Amino acid sequence: MKILVTVKRVVDYNVKVHPKADGSGVETANIKMSMNPFDEIAVEEAVRLQESGKATEIVAVSIGVSQCQEVLRTALAMGADRAVLVETDAILEPLMVAKLLEALVEREQPDLVILGKQAIDDDCNQTGQMLAALLGWGQGTFASKLTLGEQEIEVTREIDGGLETVALKLPTVVTADLRLNEPRYVKLPNIMKAKKKPLETLSPGDLGVVPMTQLTTLKVAEPPKREAGIKVADAAELVAKLRNDVKAI
Amino acid sequence: MKNILVIAEHDHATLKAATLNTVTAARNIGGEIHMLVAGSDCAGAATASAKIPGIAKVLQVDADHYAHHFAEDLAVLIAGLANKDYGHVLAPATSFGKNLMPRVAALLGVTQLSDIVGVENADTFVRPIYAGSLLATVQCSAPIKAMTVRGTAFAAAASEGGTASIETVPPAVPLGVTRFIGQELTKSERPELTAARIVVSGGRGMGSSEGFKLLEDIADQLGAAVGASRAAVDAGFVPNDCQIGQTGKIIAPELYIAAGISGAIQHLAGMKDSKIIVAINKDEEAPIFQIADYGIVGDLFKVLPELSAELDKLPPA
Repeated sequence: MKILVTVKRVVDYNVKVHPKADGSGVETANIKMSMNPFDEIAVEEAVRLQESGKATEIVAVSIGVSQCQEVLRTALAMGADRAVLVETDAILEPLMVAKLLEALVEREQPDLVILGKQAIDDDCNQTGQMLAALLGWGQGTFASKLTLGEQEIEVTREIDGGLETVALKLPTVVTADLRLNEPRYVKLPNIMKAKKKPLETLSPGDLGVVPMTQLTTLKVAEPPKREAGIKVADAAELVAKLRNDVKAI
Repeated sequence: MKNILVIAEHDHATLKAATLNTVTAARNIGGEIHMLVAGSDCAGAATASAKIPGIAKVLQVDADHYAHHFAEDLAVLIAGLANKDYGHVLAPATSFGKNLMPRVAALLGVTQLSDIVGVENADTFVRPIYAGSLLATVQCSAPIKAMTVRGTAFAAAASEGGTASIETVPPAVPLGVTRFIGQELTKSERPELTAARIVVSGGRGMGSSEGFKLLEDIADQLGAAVGASRAAVDAGFVPNDCQIGQTGKIIAPELYIAAGISGAIQHLAGMKDSKIIVAINKDEEAPIFQIADYGIVGDLFKVLPELSAELDKLPPA
């Protein structure tokens, strides 16, 4: 059982982002970047499957600028065996990421691909579903529990009304939701070990994919700001205000 | 201009509320709107769709393999229809739509727009990024524009008054890669979170599932739904479907009462468009107070019972 797991380098979740001065995009110069939190969960799940003897090899993949090597090293320190960076400066919409991943799947032949359900920068929540479509595979999206069998994987999915469990034929795509697991802290000896693990760099051309875009960002702006209101002394005053001033109750 | 296809979310017998908000977004694009109702014994949902003013035609597809709304099977059907007739395909940005629409787009070879909150014109849309900290206006050059629609950003279309025709369409061949095992749906007498007029929500500060009972009492007094922050769900106080935020549910009720929620940006992303926000928190510096209309600084285990007692005293409006 071989697992392919994807990691995206994104603005750290604690950073407050701002539009560029000319409104053409998001200011990302000189700010802290990290592995997308949902991808950390994906990597953790792959590592746990390997630790439980169900997976034999974990390949971590990132697509983007050269610095994506950093998040790949983190994935290696968490327990992935080797890494592949598809290096490009191009703007990548999820469809293009899915096409590059499709080509990598052809090359690596994994039994399971685990992705984070969404990246916290563009909040798209698309790549896993698109990859599954291109491959003609099933998609266990928003997974909160996996039970891996020989021919199938059972995936419990977080849906609007509660939970749904489906069985998907292998090979398949799974996207990780928040409660799939709690990712481990990476220990220093593992960071040192990760430096010696193989990291291969490819170009989109090596995979036979020419990046193209179908979206043009015309403007990025902050939404209207909500102003702070007032403090009230107690529940009685609150209820009076809600009833009389704003007629909300 | 080509027609617009709206994908109905339904339980076969009735339409889910978010479908009506999606219809409004479709109307803002402009053009003839058709609605796809694909399910198993879904005549009820198709009849309901035909009554929505502004829908010109309902496409009803009935097959066993659409009983569980598997994206794998629905996407093949929708991509086939879209390729023939449609310039836009819209679905609600619910767990149903988010699971389905990217798969449809990839089969069509087009990009997808997630969670649109504005329609500038037929090819330009506004969508939130970075947990709603920023709004991006994007122009789409794809021949078919596929998107999911954030329900809180568009008013619900009327559910009565229309007289669309219902056309039966044959199903697509099942892909056969997915098998349904079961569902654990949260049963509640309270209103559905995304449709509730009032939402009472708790965070880590509620301390336990028992702590949440305080909130549930108030919710019942107000006819409100119960929500939660990620921290409260992760701690196991309430089920996952209560989570409000960037990766949970996005809501905009008339009144949102947040108790023991500090107000991380990921939570604010799910509720900051609420009309009136009330925050109860013992930490005066909690970020939630920066967006709250009314704040009470205090111990929620003291404030919530007091609030409940005050609501008991309140004469009917």
